[in-house]
Amino acid sequence: MKMTGAEAIIESLKNEKVDVVFGYPGGAVLTLYDALYQADFKHILTKHEQGAVHAADGYARATGKVGVVIATSGPGATNLVTGIATAYMDSIPLVAITGQVAVPLIGRDSFQEADIRGITTPITKHNYLVKKVEDLPRVLKEAFYIARTGRPGPVVVDVAKDVFAAALDYQYPQEVKLRGYRPLFAGNLETIDKVFEELKLAQKPLIFIGGGVNLSDSSGVLKDLIEQTGFPVISTLMGLGSLPSDHPQFLGMVGMHGTYAANMATTECDLMLGIGVRFDDRVTGLLSEFASKAKIIHFDIDPAEINKNVLAHLRVVGDLNWSLPALLQRVEVVSDKLKEQARSWTEKVLDWQRENPLTYEPQTELVMPQAVIEKVSELTQGDAVIVTDVGQHQMWVAQYYGFKSPRSFLTSGGLGTMGYGLPAALGAQCGLPDRPVILFVGDGGIMMNCQELATAANYNFPVKVLIFNNQSLGMVAQWQRMFYGGRYSHTSLKGQHTDFVKLAEAMGVTGLRVTKPEELGLVLAEALATPGPVVVDIRTPETVDLLPMVPAGARLDQMIMGGTEG
Amino acid sequence: MKHTLAVLVENRPGVLTHISGLISRRAFNIESIAAGYTEEPDTTRITIVVEGNEIEQEQVVNQLSKLVDVIKISDLTAVDSIQRELVLIKVKASMETRADILNIVDIFRARIVDVNRETMVIELSGDETKIDAICQVLEDDHGIIEIVRTGKIALARGPIPAKDQ
Repeated sequence: MKMTGAEAIIESLKNEKVDVVFGYPGGAVLTLYDALYQADFKHILTKHEQGAVHAADGYARATGKVGVVIATSGPGATNLVTGIATAYMDSIPLVAITGQVAVPLIGRDSFQEADIRGITTPITKHNYLVKKVEDLPRVLKEAFYIARTGRPGPVVVDVAKDVFAAALDYQYPQEVKLRGYRPLFAGNLETIDKVFEELKLAQKPLIFIGGGVNLSDSSGVLKDLIEQTGFPVISTLMGLGSLPSDHPQFLGMVGMHGTYAANMATTECDLMLGIGVRFDDRVTGLLSEFASKAKIIHFDIDPAEINKNVLAHLRVVGDLNWSLPALLQRVEVVSDKLKEQARSWTEKVLDWQRENPLTYEPQTELVMPQAVIEKVSELTQGDAVIVTDVGQHQMWVAQYYGFKSPRSFLTSGGLGTMGYGLPAALGAQCGLPDRPVILFVGDGGIMMNCQELATAANYNFPVKVLIFNNQSLGMVAQWQRMFYGGRYSHTSLKGQHTDFVKLAEAMGVTGLRVTKPEELGLVLAEALATPGPVVVDIRTPETVDLLPMVPAGARLDQMIMGGTEG
Repeated sequence: MKHTLAVLVENRPGVLTHISGLISRRAFNIESIAAGYTEEPDTTRITIVVEGNEIEQEQVVNQLSKLVDVIKISDLTAVDSIQRELVLIKVKASMETRADILNIVDIFRARIVDVNRETMVIELSGDETKIDAICQVLEDDHGIIEIVRTGKIALARGPIPAKDQ
């Protein structure tokens, strides 16, 4: 079929069953936008390219589909960089289509020229610069395939401006031919047998789950495996939601702000099954002392994750949808024996959990951030898609929200991108129009992409934005309080004049406010019941410490415990 | 310890950017890197010499293997292989010193490829220690003006090519 490069892109997106793209037009993509004018999928126009890429990321995390973002050359493309890096660190499937200056102008420092392929090389799974129109169908087919298969990740397709207008005889390839890319599904069954032998020997086993479980949608079989073994379970930030938070074997999040039981169990266990985890420094604390009494068995689809941070005694490389069922099949036969063998250990760690729960001191005059999360958890019954920004509130949500289902907690874990939350929430809502989407965000982070409130209003995305307004950059201030002698260098936002209710209203969003604990329940209920987007400015105390905390580089059992000061 | 890796990659624009970007981002300790076409026109072969222990070496191989452009990596360290590097050395040479330089060239089985009133250019291929040795002698006795080295290339002995290993 004869068509232009721009039409070929639209056609290819249709072939990939794309139902929405997020983007922002500009000079180099004018021809592509002209073809988009009559495309039969949605285009969401954000207010900033960074908003578009985070929205595509939020869409991908919530739905499991590939997120698509379009931006123009130069500044349009460079504005995507933070969002691409965010997706890369958390293994989120994205395809970013950027315009490039026309082929004769490449390399001449032309207007709005930036080498986005060079810039994004270290933060993409793969990237392309398309200078010949006949390459477009193959490149797009490969881009989507690479983004979603194996360990997912972002792919950038940079297209020279003249390619959009050039004519080609379009045919979308049926399959990809990539000599250097063969994502493996199944691994070696003998390793599963070896893992099984280790399980039968373990006295103090611990299951450690991570983002890989959410990404591979393997939480069903994981839950069966957990229940058949009876072993206690801990999770990374990214693994939350893949097992219900109130599961009787669940000890909560491990690491810098993990629970007492999770961190102590890690320190004391003699066998750790790390499932879809990458042993990030926020999880391990002092690496040499992490789970130092344990044999570590590492399940991951990415061979390069094995022995990257923590040395694995056994490696199970392959899709969790292959390895977990294979292990489950073996475990089922000896389920009672495994449970019996680990019984005293399991009881001990569950005692730790009971005796050292997460606590804070409720206040009569002040709205405690933890209380807000508990209230939202109660009102939504754990059914909402929860999105956070980055900082103290993010960790409190991880600690106090009762998650019920996978892909229901969207947060920038690896890169820790402030400003991620609002646009990601819009993307999630766009992908899941019938689910309640709730964003927790700080008064610092909301301002990093607050322009997207206008997008929420324009498309009537009914996202509920709960701003924890403590007039402070809380996480950094906490570190200054703990490790820098209380010298609050540029972290106080006190006396600043932003009125979040008015900001919301100016953008066309309903604005509400909570200043006292007795208002909390009513205002939150009102926010949830109000159609369309709502911002709630929640005044929280300035100096609340996020605890427990393992100081950076300390051992996991060297936690600073305690409740919180008002 | 040093490892010599034969890396077969797609012969496409941007491949070297991907390889060098990865090496830089992961802070790998690369001693030399040499690239060129192969018997298959769509394949480029890169020989990489990497310094590190077994774990570090495994990371280099695993991370490089993740690149979509990388078709195959084989570690030639443990297999019987031929390893060569090519060097061109421009050395100070007067009428009086030429004879001695020729002598050195002869001992190392190198070749003179250019000569003029003040300099000679010497070509030598061999392993790293041999090249280091001639450079040392020439520098000490005559003075070197400039050197260019290709970095090591390596090929396994026997009939099986790296792509089938």
